[in-house]
Amino acid sequence: MPANGQRALEAQAVLAGVPRVPGAPKPDPILVASSIVRRFGGLSAVDVTHVEIQRGSITALIGPNGAGKTTFFNLLTGFDAPDEGTWSFNGRSMGKLSPYRVARLGMVRTFQLTKALNRLRVIDNMLLGAKGQRGEHLWASLLPFLWRGQEAKNTERADVLLKRFSLDAKRADFAGSLSGGQRKLLEMARALMSEPELIMLDEPMAGVNPALTQSLLQHIKMIREEGSTVLFVEHDMDMVHDISDWVIVMAQGQIIAEGPPGDVMKNPEVIDAYLGAHHEKALTESGQSLTTGDPT
Amino acid sequence: MDFSFVLGQSITQALGVTAIIYCLAAMGLNLQFGYTGLLNFGQVAFAAIGAYSVGVIVISFGASLWAAIPIGLLASVALALILGIPTLRLRADYLAIVTIATSEIIRLLVRSIALRDTFGGANGINGKMGQAFHDLNPYHADIDLPFLTWTRQDLWVVTVGWTLIAIFTLATWLLVRSPWGRVVKGIREDENAVVSLGKNAYVYKMQALILGGLLGTVGGIVWAIAKQSVQPDNFVPDVTFFSYTILLLGGAARVFGPIVGAIIFWFLLVFVGEFLNQMIAAGWITFLLPTDVGPIRFILVGLGLMGLMIFRPQGIFGDKRELALDAR
Repeated sequence: MPANGQRALEAQAVLAGVPRVPGAPKPDPILVASSIVRRFGGLSAVDVTHVEIQRGSITALIGPNGAGKTTFFNLLTGFDAPDEGTWSFNGRSMGKLSPYRVARLGMVRTFQLTKALNRLRVIDNMLLGAKGQRGEHLWASLLPFLWRGQEAKNTERADVLLKRFSLDAKRADFAGSLSGGQRKLLEMARALMSEPELIMLDEPMAGVNPALTQSLLQHIKMIREEGSTVLFVEHDMDMVHDISDWVIVMAQGQIIAEGPPGDVMKNPEVIDAYLGAHHEKALTESGQSLTTGDPT
Repeated sequence: MDFSFVLGQSITQALGVTAIIYCLAAMGLNLQFGYTGLLNFGQVAFAAIGAYSVGVIVISFGASLWAAIPIGLLASVALALILGIPTLRLRADYLAIVTIATSEIIRLLVRSIALRDTFGGANGINGKMGQAFHDLNPYHADIDLPFLTWTRQDLWVVTVGWTLIAIFTLATWLLVRSPWGRVVKGIREDENAVVSLGKNAYVYKMQALILGGLLGTVGGIVWAIAKQSVQPDNFVPDVTFFSYTILLLGGAARVFGPIVGAIIFWFLLVFVGEFLNQMIAAGWITFLLPTDVGPIRFILVGLGLMGLMIFRPQGIFGDKRELALDAR
């Protein structure tokens, strides 16, 4: 596995000075959210007091099932509306913005249940990701000479990305014929077509076989090296340890801990949240115990 | 029994005015359902708007046909907006419910006694509403080829009708292979995925609803001009369902699907009907009355279409690989 690049070292150096407390301020936040509350009936699915995401880093949002991670994602990207709260992206307030506007501003997400567009070819899936296409306007679409040049440039870019994600052989196939892992790759590549500043991946590794997981992790690191910020949801701590610069832990809708991966995983509150009273049990699939005897 | 008569009637009808009207309606559904995934079950409402615009404006108000056509098209856009604004933000099913209800509301409205002075009640509107169009007829004689018989008037309508279909087919082809087409096809597959890539799905769905509705309205205008009469009970939901049948027969999301579908559908319907009529007249079938033929031809054609859906579910032009993906 190649060593982490320049950006990783930078991000880790910057974050080294950040206090390890929930809601810690970051030196250069790309996303800031305050007092976000989303209730479903009497249940507060999300109740986040304050959170900041450092620009140029890979931040993992982890937590046990039902912690509110995906709901929080939906709120930030406009797919759901919070009952209370404000949040800003690049200093711009994002409350009440339609999800398509959020995406246009450079905050692009993927979904936990992969949304490959089945009856579109892989290359068309990719091209859909490109921003500011003239040919997407109804009248201009009837006049191919208006958009052909732009389309050729986008296709070139899509082909480069497909090659990078090892999907170039599938270029002309329907996306519906891809395997589950390939769909995850396609969805990520498609999101990159829009050149997002912040890419939000909802469980990018879920349902992907271990061999492909390694390649997915490399792709996520590549995104950081190219200058984008990554925020991703995951519940497997092993994955998080390898690639993230900073980890935010949610449980029962609240942020309970923050810090570099090594620190967070030793945090007794995090262990409690994941395992309840059964501290002695191994935390990860590989059986490597993250608890060191008495957690206190 | 006169087999060449049966064949001639079938071919004439398969290329005739009715086929043109249904082809236009199915082309609209192709844009809405085939490409964008919108379930418009009220396409007949758009056709009724077109036909009644011509009838009301020309006969009831005594204005020009050339004013009636653009007004009809505008009314069609207005109807699409009224239907789309509340429903397109919701799940696809709601549009289906609202459109089928609207098509019945419009039919019952125009046949109501209260509005009889304008819409003519159950008798509809009759009169030379298409005269301005027929005045432009360049043909001087009826056509009477071995398998093709049209009056001079029908020939003119058929000429213009197929020309319009050719133009709209070209436009559809340009639309669906453009980036615009890619976005609407993406919406058909998964709206949220398209939204997450920064596209305003709502606007695209509205555009598809309006364009598809306009095609249905053009069908209605052709109806009024060709038949010189509009009656409320011509605009029953069956028209929508036949249009869907035609679309699926030809193959949804195929540019030429509606054309092939309309020709085959009307050929089969007329062929089966005329064939049964001839058999009864010749005394070969004794257990049926001529009045039974109408319903029975629909039963037979329906069985044939069921067979098609079972053995070739993608329609004539469809791609079976593509259909298989749908089941996932």
